[in-house]
Order: sequence, then C-alpha cells, then structure tokens
Amino acid sequence: MTCEELLMALNEFVDGSLEPGVCDEFRDHLAGCNPCQVVVDNIRHTITLYKAGEPYELPEAFRRKLREALRARWTRVFPSR
Amino acid sequence: MFERIDDDAPRVQQARSGDLASFEALVEKYEQRLFGLALRMVRQREDAQEVVQETLLSAVEHLKDYRGESSFKSWLFAIATNKALHLLRHRRSHATVPLEPRAEQDHAGLPHPDYIARWRDNPERLAELPETRKLLDAALGELDEKYRTVFLLRDVEELSTKETALALGLSETNTKVRLLRARLMLRERLTRVLGDETTRMFPDHAHG
Repeated sequence: MTCEELLMALNEFVDGSLEPGVCDEFRDHLAGCNPCQVVVDNIRHTITLYKAGEPYELPEAFRRKLREALRARWTRVFPSR
Repeated sequence: MFERIDDDAPRVQQARSGDLASFEALVEKYEQRLFGLALRMVRQREDAQEVVQETLLSAVEHLKDYRGESSFKSWLFAIATNKALHLLRHRRSHATVPLEPRAEQDHAGLPHPDYIARWRDNPERLAELPETRKLLDAALGELDEKYRTVFLLRDVEELSTKETALALGLSETNTKVRLLRARLMLRERLTRVLGDETTRMFPDHAHG
C-alpha cells in the first residue's frame, strides 16, 4: 500500500469498517511510515475533540417558550378524545 | 455493520398514539444536541433556536408519517439539517453563485496532509480549554457547507453513512468522499494550531 492508497482507505480504517485483508495492508504500511501514523492519529484526535465539546446551553426562557409552542401544536395535531 | 437498536422506539410509539409526555421526554433528550447542530450550521444563536423550534414543530406534524425505517434520532436530525440548510439558502438568496451539482465520485484532488506533527496534548485535555472551542468553531466555519454538514452528522452526531446520505439526499459514495475531505481539512487546520512544531515531519514526497 502506498501513502496515496492509504489516504483513500483512511475513513474505513478510522471507522473500523475496512475489509480484513486491506486492513492488514494498512497496518503494514503504518508500521513503516511515521508521517502516515501521525496523520491517522491526528484524524482520530480531531474527531474525538469535536465529539467532546460541552453541549451548548439552551436558554431557559427559550425552552419554556418552546414547550408552550409544542403543546399548542400537539393539541391541534392530536385532538384529545 | 450491525443495525443499531433504537432505544427511542417505545417512546416514539407512545407519542405517535397521542401521548404528549412521551414526546416531551424525547424533546428533553434531543433539544440540546439539536441546538448544537443548528448552531454549528447557522452560527447565530437566534437562528439556531428558530431551527430547533421549527424542527420540533415539524416533528409533531409529521410524527404520524414516521414509520421507523431510520432511527428516530436520524429522522429528527435530518429535519433539523434541512431546516438549517433552508435558512442558510434563504439568508443568501440574493447571491448569484449557483449550487454545483458536480458529482464527487473519485478521490482526485484530495487535500493532502501538509502540516504533519503530533499534537501537543491529548484531545481530552484540549477539550477543556476555552480557546479550543473557538478554534473548533472557526475551523468548522471555514469548511464549505457541504463538507461541514456531512462531518457534523457523521462524526459529531454519529449517524451512519446511510442515514447521513438519506438526510442530505446524497449517494453513500458521495457522502463518504465528503466526509474524507472534511476530516482531512479539519485535521490540517487543527494540527497547524495544536501541533508540536518540534515533532513536525517533512516527508520527501507529496504526502498522502
């Protein structure tokens, strides 16, 4: 596997969905190629970092208003029997 | 890959039969994440709130049409994504640049890694720094919308390739290529800031 081929298989490798045979080739290449190792690591860290972010806080006033709007719509769509 | 079990199924079932409390429990569970997704797409709090509200109102309207072919989460996030995209298009409706329907079937012109270095710290610790959030948002903001959206749905919200493709009306191949580009571009941008210069590598070929 060349560096170029590795790049194309990067997604599947990081997601763990690479076919076993190709996955071995990928690992063989990584074992002998520092730059590719670092790139794969960087990509993993990038994804982890974006996932790790604190959830954005919704303002309480908005949440209250939202509940009211949803209830109003609900009673129209599901009129009580 | 295994089909994921949809934990929401019982609640969705009850909501569909008219139980408001079940629906509100689902709102409670997802509103924050919907807001995060919307905010990262439209980048203004007011607009993001509007997207959340429109999404959930639309969910109430269409709950009866939801047949469980995809998970409830991916159904909901698909609505939110489309509301956000709609708002973005509306915002620049006077722009004359046409949307390019060009297919991205091949990997030609992939953004090759240029700045290659180990990061100075691990992502868990970096995530705790206030300046990191700014960097993440800035990097994401520089991405073209079509890459940003795929990255958010796949890597942040953890929708499958199939669910993401369905939500965006793309082929799975196209979705994969966009995700790869997004990941490579974000890696490049973040590593330039977070990389340890002393570990920087200069491969003797255009590196891939």
